[in-house]
Amino acid sequence: MAETVKLTINGKQIEAEKGTLLIEVARQNGIEIPAFCYYQNLSLQAACRMCLVEVEKTPKLQVGCTLPVAEGMVVHTDSEVVRQSRKGMVELLLTNHPLDCPVCDKGGECELQDMTFRYGLGESRFVERKQHVDEEQWSPVVYFDRPRCIMCYRCVRVCNEGLDVTALGVGNRGVVSQILPNFHDHLECDECGACIDICPVGALTSGAYRYKTRPWEMHHVGTICTHCADGCRTTLGVRNEKIIRGNNRDSSGINGEFLCVKGRYAFDFTEHPERLQSPLMRAGGRLEPVSWSQALEAVAKKFIEVKQGSGHFGVIGSCHTTNEENFYLQKFARQVLGTKNVDHHRSGDLATLFDALTDRGKVLATVEDLANAKAVLVVASDLAQQHPMLANQIRASRRLRGARVYTVTPGPVREDKNAVASVRVQKGGELAGIESLRDKLKAESDLTIVFGDAIQGESLRKLIAFGDSLGLAVKYICLVDYSNSRGAFDMGLIPRDGGLSREQMLARDLDVLWVVGANPLKEVRGESKAGFLVVQDLFLTETAQRADIVLPAASAYEKTGTVTNVCGEVQKLKAAINVMGPKADLEIMGLIAREMGPAAVRTLGMWLPDKVFEEIRKTVHGYDVPMPVVATGGAAPTMPLNGRVAALPGSISSAGDTLFTSGTLGRYSKVLNSVMESPGALYEEKGRHS
Amino acid sequence: MPTTLYNEPSPLETKVLSKRFGLENSHRLDTYLAHDGFKAFLKARQMTPEQIVEEVKTSALRGRGGAGFPTGLKWSFVPRTSPKPKYIVINADESEPGTCKDRLLMEYDPHQLIEGILIAGLAMDAHKGYLYIRGEYRYLIDHTDRAIGEAYSKGYLGKNIAGTGFDFDLYTHSGAGAYECGEETALLDSLEGKRGIPRMKPPFPAVAGAWASPTLLNNVETFSAVPNIIRDGGAAFAALGTPKNGGTRLVCISGHVNKPGVYELPLGYPMLKAIYEVAGGIPGGKKLKAVVPGGSSCPLLKAEECDIPMDYDTLAKAGSMLGSGGMVVLDETTDMVKFALRIMRFYAHESCGWCIPCREGTTWLRKILQRFDDGGGRKEDIPVLGEVSKNMLGRTFCALGDAAAMPTISIVEKFREDFEKRLAGASRASELVTV
Amino acid sequence: MLAAYPEGRKRSAVVPMLIYAQDETGAVTPELIAEVAKRCEVEPLQVDEVVGYYSMLHRKPLGKYHVQVCTNISCLLVGGEELYEHAKKKLGIGNKQVTADGQFSLEEVECMGACSWAPAVEINYDFHHYVTPERLDQLIDALRKAN
Ligand SMILES: Cc1cc2nc3c(=O)[nH]c(=O)nc-3n(C[C@H](O)[C@H](O)[C@H](O)COP(=O)(O)O)c2cc1C
Ligand code: SF4
Ligand code: SF4
Ligand code: SF4
Ligand code: SF4
Ligand code: FES
Ligand code: FES
Repeated sequence: MAETVKLTINGKQIEAEKGTLLIEVARQNGIEIPAFCYYQNLSLQAACRMCLVEVEKTPKLQVGCTLPVAEGMVVHTDSEVVRQSRKGMVELLLTNHPLDCPVCDKGGECELQDMTFRYGLGESRFVERKQHVDEEQWSPVVYFDRPRCIMCYRCVRVCNEGLDVTALGVGNRGVVSQILPNFHDHLECDECGACIDICPVGALTSGAYRYKTRPWEMHHVGTICTHCADGCRTTLGVRNEKIIRGNNRDSSGINGEFLCVKGRYAFDFTEHPERLQSPLMRAGGRLEPVSWSQALEAVAKKFIEVKQGSGHFGVIGSCHTTNEENFYLQKFARQVLGTKNVDHHRSGDLATLFDALTDRGKVLATVEDLANAKAVLVVASDLAQQHPMLANQIRASRRLRGARVYTVTPGPVREDKNAVASVRVQKGGELAGIESLRDKLKAESDLTIVFGDAIQGESLRKLIAFGDSLGLAVKYICLVDYSNSRGAFDMGLIPRDGGLSREQMLARDLDVLWVVGANPLKEVRGESKAGFLVVQDLFLTETAQRADIVLPAASAYEKTGTVTNVCGEVQKLKAAINVMGPKADLEIMGLIAREMGPAAVRTLGMWLPDKVFEEIRKTVHGYDVPMPVVATGGAAPTMPLNGRVAALPGSISSAGDTLFTSGTLGRYSKVLNSVMESPGALYEEKGRHS
Repeated sequence: MPTTLYNEPSPLETKVLSKRFGLENSHRLDTYLAHDGFKAFLKARQMTPEQIVEEVKTSALRGRGGAGFPTGLKWSFVPRTSPKPKYIVINADESEPGTCKDRLLMEYDPHQLIEGILIAGLAMDAHKGYLYIRGEYRYLIDHTDRAIGEAYSKGYLGKNIAGTGFDFDLYTHSGAGAYECGEETALLDSLEGKRGIPRMKPPFPAVAGAWASPTLLNNVETFSAVPNIIRDGGAAFAALGTPKNGGTRLVCISGHVNKPGVYELPLGYPMLKAIYEVAGGIPGGKKLKAVVPGGSSCPLLKAEECDIPMDYDTLAKAGSMLGSGGMVVLDETTDMVKFALRIMRFYAHESCGWCIPCREGTTWLRKILQRFDDGGGRKEDIPVLGEVSKNMLGRTFCALGDAAAMPTISIVEKFREDFEKRLAGASRASELVTV
Repeated sequence: MLAAYPEGRKRSAVVPMLIYAQDETGAVTPELIAEVAKRCEVEPLQVDEVVGYYSMLHRKPLGKYHVQVCTNISCLLVGGEELYEHAKKKLGIGNKQVTADGQFSLEEVECMGACSWAPAVEINYDFHHYVTPERLDQLIDALRKAN
């Protein structure tokens, strides 16, 4: 326990850790010291002067956000002079503020509005002309309205310190000073919107949300981002069955306030005009809309026919669908259709990992473990591009807790900038690169190794052996794509016991190929080899275009269920909006089973997410997670298989999405497309962080 | 070269720092060496660093940049034994309105300054110095570079200075137009290639200054005084002034006087004597209205408050400051509204914009004052001027906000009738015509 | 210039490099910003920030002769404002404007350290003290003739 001091705030005796900032101590004790520029975990500015308080025996008011508490300090946060000072500050701030709250996006959740209400003067004595500058669009996502800006520098700090992007600075000086984007009149950056999110006023606003609604007209739904595998929690603002905004201001979830451009804005694929609204069936060579009952009946008929005939089925699942759906699908395949040909697009070698880690105990790192790691080794991945949240976590660990970072990658990565050591390797040379760091790594007290798809099979076993040989506590994160790859594996969407792999299925003349939420034919030319292709998807993908029957599916934002992130943590999806035409994949599967007859339904059980999850908890290894954690929106770590896992056929490779792509979904996101068309598209090539 | 002075010296001066001014080629190293040059450095080389600092303390020298902080005490804060490199930074940003003395010290006697810096280097165990010179003084940067070159070529800078085994490198660094960069921590940010935004204190520059290393930062005149202190002893320097206010300083007298100029006067010199005798009194026999005692940041003194000796403590007691030595004399015809407006235009233009009260306050005050000057002043504006200033005072991030507030408060309080005469509708008073 | 600063502190040269380069190029252009950023090993944004801050740095070219008239307090008291008004008339331009022939530009500036020899004018980097309107006319006419 650190040294404590006794102090008095507003007559209340308080004990606090020595050196803690007064503003924090006050907050911990329920005493509000107003602040604009102070922001937890960002550097101190002492710029807004809202937090001035009276400290006895000092002549001037003291800055609460930078003052460390000391023994015997007597503080007044609500004395006459303090209140007068705050009034003065608010009045000064408003002298150049447009007061256009009725048309401001931030109206209703603006910290300045709040502050004016709580601490302000009531009326202004300012009768002069205000500074005016027109609003500017800096990127497809970011708009800046200078007159509303109160120069708290939160945006600058979150971008520079939080994201390590340094896209924002401060230009000019004095009353005309302003926030400056990195290309003078526009931004080329991560487009993550963190700056917008953190802006206390309506100075930075988002292209996605602008003028669409007022905050109080939305309701909010906390769910999990469907894009990469990191599993960020996002709070979707919904109005009239439309998702209008994503953020995570309440810091719930493993990502804190962090969201990347995809989590914050790329929910817009849900309302893309090409979204499938009705089932399609091939008739005369063309896909024509049919009713749900016609489509389901046709599918069921085909399934029964092939089951009674050749039994040649192939089932390819998704990296986006829920655990419940994946579980139900593999059970459907194995127990109703009677096939072992089950797979999904595997992007990380989990089979080898689990096998190699047999009897190691808890050595798969959770996001929290990563946050507390003293040292992190990044192997063969550009995390800032592919796993933005993990990258953010590592940056925070380094910045706030001094974590030491090492990189072994083919090209320059953002982590290099603050890395202890960076090694550039050719593909295949990763292990040699890691080996060259042996002495440095050995000196660490613990280590978390985060590795990409280049490490698989034999090299993955060697990596584990390397970890074992360091003589310290080593944990691993095996990177995978998309929101539920990990769940797809855990639920058994894998060709075990001699089933065909994805590639094998595509190469064979199967009688039925059933593809749920995946686009395996994207890179395959010509007709599908399968006799009958059933596809469940949101869009008419390259695979769906060749299908015999297409069933429109709901997206992750339109259904409930659970997903498992890259670190094996189970989190709950909550439907933000209801869709009319499409149905959740689980429901679609259930309805197919029902069409097939009562026996199928008896085998599979009801297609209710909660029911299926109960079964998962009972039957899937490591998934007996505590229900309250999941139910309340928490992340429950799972325990992976502990015991030999047989090698699986088929290849493993990441789709290699970047910060601005997200497989098929990304192609239907207007925001992501506009970001890529903007000058920011050059972002990556320029290698600005090299 | 600069043998002609910008103004005639006065016989009433006590010439210590300026004693070589006016000598033929006063800026040349030869001239300097022929007139006591580098004796102090050689003497200091024989002293321990503690003794040097002690001597400076004894001299009762106080910073000439504006704040008047005891120099010896400041020198003692620098952790001389720190393993980090230590730096000497010389504040030659000279931008406080009314102040024009550092310019002369660099122009007429640059080697005196260099010697002062070297002595500080000895005392701090520092081996690099940076002279931060305002960008407008380009001719002086060039001039000082030549003097530095001369010192290098004769072995008074660089390796093994004057055979003493002491190494020191000195560089000039150009500013680019920003008053705020005279504030010591903003200056350091500017020196590091950033916008001149002041830093949070602590840590103080003495501990973490330039490039996060211990840094001694003083004004040009402060360093220029040092060779004299070491050569003749701190006590002798102290004796020139009054207790706790050692030595002489260069007083820049400007405004309504017959003989404006920079004059070296001992601390504690009577203000009225400076105005009426040294600077030759007020033109046309007009009456004194007010004095800005030490640059535009100081509260103004009314004529009847000016019968005081000019030292730091007396001025503080009178509710003002000795500041940077820029003494501006205002005669009875001066329009205080216009004067206050010009001051506030300056601060609004120079506010770095970092903190709310200064950024917004200076502009607000400027606008009110401009309105007054344009004939749109209202009675209720007069208290607002004072109140807004007081909302800034003591609450800004750095002292620029105070510097803007203090003169304004004093003008509004002391010359309220000037504002009343300028209210909208009131006929413009005929006697307020000068400016 | 870079050599003056400690190891790894090239950023320190940003301000001097900009102002010396501006003297050559006439203005701070985006290309100049990029070049300074490269040499000082910082992001262009970090140079851009600086350009807007310092009043002597400007993005548009000034006249060949930049006439800077101080109107701050010491100058104000002895005719600085009248001198500035006179300069406006003489050159036919306003604050921070450039004459059509590109020869002259004018700026009302803050105290430039010549208070005791006021009113003061600086033309490019040359100081002129005790300047009267007549003296200013002579200075400007002489420069005009020199061309
Ligand atoms: C706004 C502001 C401007 C300043 N300008 C100058 C200046 O131009 N020259 C100077 O020497 N000190 C200036 N100072 C004072 C410096 O911050 C610092 O106190 C001084 O340089 C220290 O040196 P000294 O102790 O030798 O006076 C300024 C202070 C403030 C707050
Ligand atoms: S969107 Fe993100 S990366 Fe871009 S400027 Fe804002 S915080 Fe920085
Ligand atoms: S844009 Fe917003 S976050 Fe950035 S400084 Fe202005 S008010 Fe603060
Ligand atoms: S980091 Fe991944 S999970 Fe988080 S918001 Fe971005 S895409 Fe979504
Ligand atoms: S008081 Fe604030 S705005 Fe003014 S110069 Fe200092 S830091 Fe900048
Ligand atoms: S919160 Fe302390 S100054 Fe802004
Ligand atoms: S006031 Fe004009 S030079 Fe100082």
